[in-house]
Parts: sequence; structure tokens; C-alpha cells
Amino acid sequence: MDRQISVDMYRQLRRIRLVEDAIARRYGENEMRCPTHLCIGQEAPPVGVSAHLRRDDLVFSAHRSHGHYLAKGGDLKAMLAEIYGRATGCASGKGGSQHLIDLACGFMGSAPILASTISVGVGAAWAITMNREDRVAVVYFGDGATEEGAFHEAMNFASVKKLPVIFVCENNLYSVHSAMEVRQPERPVAALALAHGMPGHTADGNKVEDVYALAGNAINRARVGGGPSLLEFETYRWMEHCGPNDDLALNYRSPAEFAAWKERDPVVAYRNLLAERHTLSEAQIGDIDDDIVQEIEEAFSFAKASPFPAPSELTTHIYPPEARRA
Amino acid sequence: MTRQLKYKDAIREAHAQILRDDPRSYVIGLGVPGPTGIFGTTKGLQKEFGEDRVFDMPASENAMTGVALGTALLGRRPIMVHMRFDFAVLSMEPLVNQIAKWHYMYGGHMRAPLTVRMIVGRGWGQGPQHSQSLQAWLAHVPGLKVVMPTTAHDVKGMLIAAARDDSPVVLVEHRWLYEVTGLVPEEAYTTPLDKAAVVRSGTDVTLAATSYMTLESLRAAEMLSGIGIEAEVVDLRSLTPIDHVTLDASIARTGRLVVSDTGHSVFGVCAEVVASVTETAFENLKCAPRRIGLPHLPTPTTPALADLYYPRAINIARAAAAMLEAEHRLPPEDRSRPGGWLDAPDPSFTGPY
Repeated sequence: MDRQISVDMYRQLRRIRLVEDAIARRYGENEMRCPTHLCIGQEAPPVGVSAHLRRDDLVFSAHRSHGHYLAKGGDLKAMLAEIYGRATGCASGKGGSQHLIDLACGFMGSAPILASTISVGVGAAWAITMNREDRVAVVYFGDGATEEGAFHEAMNFASVKKLPVIFVCENNLYSVHSAMEVRQPERPVAALALAHGMPGHTADGNKVEDVYALAGNAINRARVGGGPSLLEFETYRWMEHCGPNDDLALNYRSPAEFAAWKERDPVVAYRNLLAERHTLSEAQIGDIDDDIVQEIEEAFSFAKASPFPAPSELTTHIYPPEARRA
Repeated sequence: MTRQLKYKDAIREAHAQILRDDPRSYVIGLGVPGPTGIFGTTKGLQKEFGEDRVFDMPASENAMTGVALGTALLGRRPIMVHMRFDFAVLSMEPLVNQIAKWHYMYGGHMRAPLTVRMIVGRGWGQGPQHSQSLQAWLAHVPGLKVVMPTTAHDVKGMLIAAARDDSPVVLVEHRWLYEVTGLVPEEAYTTPLDKAAVVRSGTDVTLAATSYMTLESLRAAEMLSGIGIEAEVVDLRSLTPIDHVTLDASIARTGRLVVSDTGHSVFGVCAEVVASVTETAFENLKCAPRRIGLPHLPTPTTPALADLYYPRAINIARAAAAMLEAEHRLPPEDRSRPGGWLDAPDPSFTGPY
């Protein structure tokens, strides 16, 4: 494993974790007034995938999108300002946590209706093909999205056209509070790829280097015209479906299951691995944290100091500007 | 300018001119390049413009609408065609949740310049799932533009305007207009997507209508004229917005309003027009407005029931005449049609309109 890539991936894992921790810590102040789906525990898939992506590659996501956005290079200040509902937010405060966007880095949008951005990502991949470019599109979604028809329709079309798209399923075992057993038969999500005529692979989504290896194959394949792949990463959400707390009191998942997954913390596991390999010293690990903490503090200060949108913003952007306004 | 085209041929000509003039544009839909070409409206386009401009697609109305959005985000200008509105119901998620909102909810960073054609079927037993006219659903959703061109002239101009517009635009086309002729300029031109048109002048009552019901309203105006009532007919054309400048000016002249739409009256276009007119032009109304739309029940298939289901010119004329206490003066309806049923387009509605 290349040292620089390892260090970068660790930094990304840690950064996403600390951003989400900081949001969770401050959410109770009731100033971030929108549904916020934290990805603590699920940091490895976006980091391992994004390590292969160019800035001009495209990413689409769903509701639990902070990690996808940050790993692709999305602007942290604009993300936090968006969650705080400020005019400086990445969507001018009109989208919130569930509708992040940063076109400068190819983060093309996120939306919470599970499978709905999958087809949009496939369309972007089709446009890439039509334009004869060598970019790829990545669509992130959860296990629940694979139960919506639009997922299968999009997979089918991507396969018919051999499009440069990578379907990345983060399987965290629950759709809100509903377990896999009541929703899907016993087979890997990745097995659905076969039905749609494309390769499908499952890997440990808490091991960032496993993610990295699998994603590298799929992305390289897509980039040279080999067509789409479905990657399933098994992982686990630590926090409640939406919000800053743990939700063990709801009793839909067992404390033993939760504890077992926490033992397999993707960020700690990678830190330990890099320490074992002498890739990073304790001092370097500390420096990384210091840098990130400072960046996060600055971003929160920026967000909280930013103005709210002017009242006139209510009726802008209903239609594009050259068109009639409502 | 004297060239006449059928409505369906005006659509095809618009498609061809859009494909010729804008290399970003493409047409997609189940059966679009097929041998019948969506009732002739896309026939031969693939041969003329190539397989990378004119596409067939899987029967995946939901995802393919999202796919079209994805291509639009990267600068393409898709036109998607649904042979029946009823199939487009499968595309409501991407249309309503995504396409209508991407410009607004991403703070103006995204545009979704799609055009979607939805065709409303009628007659020959189209029945409950091949005849729905659900334009009110779409007009209810902020961010979509919804138009219902009635004439061959307007369908060409509105399709070209839609393709050039950066907003998502839905054209709702009534199948019974397809064989109707009108004067259509040969060059590419646009018709505004937000303006109604006065298509007959009158002083006694305003008959506002959408799409095919505009032709029924024109026929009703002839019936009314026969008993000395002069109706003004307003073709609404746009639902987003309802053009109150044109409509309210007509009501100011006539003081009376009958609204007709191809969809259900309840919670429909007629309901919206009547409600908004009572807000904007109440002082000019001499009597309560009337709605002429489909009853609140599914479309029956047998002509014995479908003929009772669809309102016609006589219903519009009666509603208008009643406002002037002249209903008894209307002659009985001429229902003579080949075979006796009313489940085919009125052969006397051939145009030019």
C-alpha cells in the first residue's frame, strides 16, 4: 500500500468522524434545524472509493451523504453552513443536510428518497459516454434502496449501455428500524448484479483497504469502457437513523450486535494498522487530529457567523433565472 | 402563410427542427424509433438524425426519467415521450421529487431542462388506464411548467419553446387532436409557455378550456350563437400559471364563465380556475362560474358508458345558456355519428383551427 495514499485515507476517515462527532455534539443546541443523518461507523466506503476518483469524476448520494461529500472533496464550510440554513451554504440553505452539492469537486447532489439519485447518476454516466469522456460516475445508496424498483431499472439500463457507473451499496443492515430479515431474502445484495448482467462483489465495509482494492478494480474497469459494477460494503450505523444520539433504547437492535460492530471501528482499526506498519507515529496521528480539529472549529465559526438567506430568496430559483419568476 | 398541417405532423416537424438546431437535444421513449413512431410524431426521426439522437428505451419510466435528468445535468436537452399519460404515472417520483425541485433545492446550482410529452388517450374503449388526463397533478407541483397545446400551430411552437427552456416542461397532448389541422409556419418558432389565447370573441359568456375541450367549447359557441348568445372562447394553453391577464379581461367583457378541462373536475384544473377567478375577478362575475370536466369515477370502457362519461359541446352550451336563462332555447344535440357511438373523434372537428 502506497504510504501517501494510506495517510490520506486515514486523514479522510478521521476527518469525517470528527466532523460528524462535532455535529452530534452541537446538534442539541437546536441551531442545525434540519434532519441530519450521521455516518459514524460508515466512514470507510466513501474514503476507499474516493481514493480512486479524479476531481472531475461524479458522485451522487442519498440522505446519509456527509462522508460521500467530504471524501470527494466537498467544501466543509459550505456543508456546515448548509446544515445551519445559512446563505453561504452549498445550496443557499434551501437543501440542508439531505441535499448537499458541490459541483466544483463533482459532488452532484444527494436526495433522501432512497433509490432516486441512482438513475440520475446513471444518466450522468450516459452523458459521459455520449460525450466520449473517460470520467466515471459513482452512486452511493443503502441496502433499503435496493428494494425500490428504480434501483433495478437503473441497473438494467446501465448494463444495457455498458455505462461507466459504479453502484456502491453501503449495507448497514437496517432501513431506519427495519432489519434485513423482514425486507430481503437471504442472499448478498451484490448477487443482484448477476441478474442485471454486471459483476457484483461484497467486501468488509469497515476495512478501508478492502474497500480501496475492490473500488479500484471497478473504477478502472468502468473508466476503460468495461461497464458498470455493483459493490456491496457491509458496515454499520452507530447513531440513530436520523439525529445525534444512539438509539439502543428502541430495542430494534441488540446491545451485543452494536458492541461487536463498535469493536470493529473502521477509523481506529486503520489507525492501529498504520501504527503497526510504522506508517504513522503517535505524534503524526496527533498532528493530523490537531489540523482537523482546527479546520472544523473554523468551519463551524464560519457557518454560525454567516447570514441567513434574505426573505427575497424564498421565491428565487423556482425556475432558472432567464425564465419567468413566480 | 397558408400551409396546413395535422397536429401530429406539426409535432414531428418540431422534433426535427429541434434536433437539427440544437446538437445537445435528443428524443427518447418507448417506441420512439419504432415503425409507428408514437402515432407518427417521431416517425423516421432516427433514420434522419441517427441512433445517438433518437432512442428507444426499456419500459422503465421511473428510472429513465431520472436518467434523462442525469444527462440534462451534463448539458444534454432530453425530450421524453410517453404514449399514454397513464404510463408516465410511473415517472412521478423523479418528476415530482427530483426534477421539479433540483433548481430550487440546490440553491440554483442545478438546472433540469427536460421536456416530457404525455399523451392523453380517449375513445375506442381506452378505459380506466389508457385515458387519464392528470395534468392537475403536475400543475400542483412547483417547479414544473405544464402546457396543453390545442392547435397544430401551438403544439409546434410550444414543443420548440419547451426544448429551449431551461425549466422542466410537460406537454399534455390529447390524442383526439392528432388528426386536426391548422396553419403551421414552416420555420422554427416558439409559442409562449405562459399565455392563454382568445380564439373566439364574444360578449355574453367566457368559455375557458384546455386542449381538446377548446374544440368542444368552440362548437358550444356555435350552438349558443344560434340562440343569440355570443360566447368568447379562451384557450388556456398554460396551466403554470393560468393566464389571468387574458382570462380576467375576457370575464370583464362577459361577466360569465364556464371552464372545461379534459381531466376530472374535482380538485382539477377547472377547480383551480374557478377558485382563482373568484379571487381575482369576483366583482366582474354576474353569476356563479360552472365547471365542465370528467365525473369523479374511473373511465368506463364500453361505449355505452363512456358516451355518458365524457362531457361534450352540448354540456358546455347548456351550462352557459342556463346562466342567461336560455337553456330551453337550445336545440337538441345532433348525435348522429357513424355507428351511433361517440367513442371516436368528432369527424366534423377536422380544422383548420
